[in-house]
Amino acid sequence: MNDLSLTAFVITSSVKVFAVFSILLASVALMTLVERRLAGFIQDRLGPNRVGPFGILQPAADGIKNILKEETMPATANRFFFVLAPALAIIPGVITFAVVPFAAPLPTPWGTVDMVVADIPIGILYILALSSLGVYGLFLAGWASNNKYAFLGGLRSASQMISYEVALGLSIVPVLFLAGNVTLTQIVWQQQQLGFWYILPLSLAFILFVISAFAETNRLPFDLPEAESELVTGYHTEYSGMKFSMFFIAEYSHILTASALMATLFLGGWSIPFWSGDHLLWYEGMLISGFTAAGEPIAAQGAWWKTILTFLSFAVKTAFFIGVFMWVRWTLPRFRYDQVMHLGWKVMLPVSLVYVMLLAGTILVLDQVGVEGFLFGAILTAVSGACTLIFVFVVDSDRLITGSAVSGTSREVRSPVRQVRRPALEPRTGAGVGQ
Amino acid sequence: MAATVKVMRRPDPGKTSYIRATLKGMALTFKHMVNPDKVTLQYPEEQPDLSPRWRGTHRMEVHADGRPKCVACGLCPTVCPANCIRLVGGEDDQGNRYPIVYEIDEFRCIFCGMCQEVCPVEAIHVGVHFENAEYTRERFVYDLDRLMEQDHPTTLLWDPSDPRSE
Repeated sequence: MNDLSLTAFVITSSVKVFAVFSILLASVALMTLVERRLAGFIQDRLGPNRVGPFGILQPAADGIKNILKEETMPATANRFFFVLAPALAIIPGVITFAVVPFAAPLPTPWGTVDMVVADIPIGILYILALSSLGVYGLFLAGWASNNKYAFLGGLRSASQMISYEVALGLSIVPVLFLAGNVTLTQIVWQQQQLGFWYILPLSLAFILFVISAFAETNRLPFDLPEAESELVTGYHTEYSGMKFSMFFIAEYSHILTASALMATLFLGGWSIPFWSGDHLLWYEGMLISGFTAAGEPIAAQGAWWKTILTFLSFAVKTAFFIGVFMWVRWTLPRFRYDQVMHLGWKVMLPVSLVYVMLLAGTILVLDQVGVEGFLFGAILTAVSGACTLIFVFVVDSDRLITGSAVSGTSREVRSPVRQVRRPALEPRTGAGVGQ
Repeated sequence: MAATVKVMRRPDPGKTSYIRATLKGMALTFKHMVNPDKVTLQYPEEQPDLSPRWRGTHRMEVHADGRPKCVACGLCPTVCPANCIRLVGGEDDQGNRYPIVYEIDEFRCIFCGMCQEVCPVEAIHVGVHFENAEYTRERFVYDLDRLMEQDHPTTLLWDPSDPRSE
């Protein structure tokens, strides 16, 4: 996949690992600040703006505070798992980012360097496998704390993760139909070649993916595992200091990875819209920018400015989705537990299944007929657009999420406790009663 | 006057939509997000507008020669509902009464302002002031010297002929 010597490969990979890890953690720190400031703005406040210009040093102050704080250990907690849980939460959150390509390949004097930590051929499967491992951290934290609220939080995170993992996987399937590959660099390439970002031909898959990603990252309106109003703070109730911070870092790095995934799968990753100069892919040992009509690959060269521009493009797209995550958090109230399960199993799963079938059929027909290029994308856009309209205007009318009062009007609410008619009290006749 | 009750109608079950309602809500929060009119008061730099009738930390009025105006009549400790004023009165050679000890425990004080209202010589006042944090509890018992040193504006008493201070 590249033309580097072994030494150069080891060195560039180490540099990339270090850089991506640092940037990831720095962005996570920044996101905690952005979240709080955005919350402030939405509530007509200003948010933390005291530490440094615009409060930019607030995350550093928080970090110092959390390191200096006392680490508490509940007397009845399982010490081993209690300490292990934050690590288990943070590791998958951080390493899932490894397969996300964040810029066009960078030419260096030693060869062209891919701007992705590990361009492994099982990209999406790797992400699905690791992002669901994050729930072990939350569940172990809840269990090891030996606290009823933490335990309930852990249980909820596990059941929520299971419920939405299915819909998440199914919503990625249409992307794989179009890309024909699970490598993320290939998915970016295919979107460039098609000329359509997958958000258009796969609009409903995008919506389903966003909803599932919200549930997977335990963000509002799906933050039941740490529902403050019911469970204190859920699975991390008993944690303090840096261990608590690690859960936070894990949550935010999950958000970051989910946003990067949305950008990569549906918004063309690092590709810049309406510009074909950034089409770059490794094809049989050479960097190409496309194919001629005869199917011959066209050799291409990267450039450092292309790398920077594409990285900016990727950063903007990712930041947009992070913003949406936060925007939604400060808009929506939390679901009830039964609503979460209802949405997961009775809406998301059947809808995504039907959509996958429908799209598979459409693509099969289009392939048989021999439609390609722009028309292919346009027809898929129309089909998916129709599905999205049906989803928004037909499926989502009183079925997606309803208040108990509204659904109560359609069927009679029966009390589980049978009314027992009590014998009327006999009027007491005695001193002091009745004048 | 009869209470007016606004009946909120539940939306028609066939016409509710979570996604559309979500988008509507997000439009609303976005409007607030870009709204430049924030309610935050940048406190130490910006000071809040206190009402002229704000009742805060006490101060004792002083004569031109530096003596307290208090004549130790004993009305304020008598009227004080929180019993936070300690007054020991004395009398000088000319027969003028003056306070030997005059202490107000600002912790016990409920800032009702009755001491100011009852004072016949307008000596003790509550003031338009609230920044009275201290490092020790003892410092919250203000003695006579401390009360005389306070220089914040005094509270405007409620005037029955001008009930809204206009």
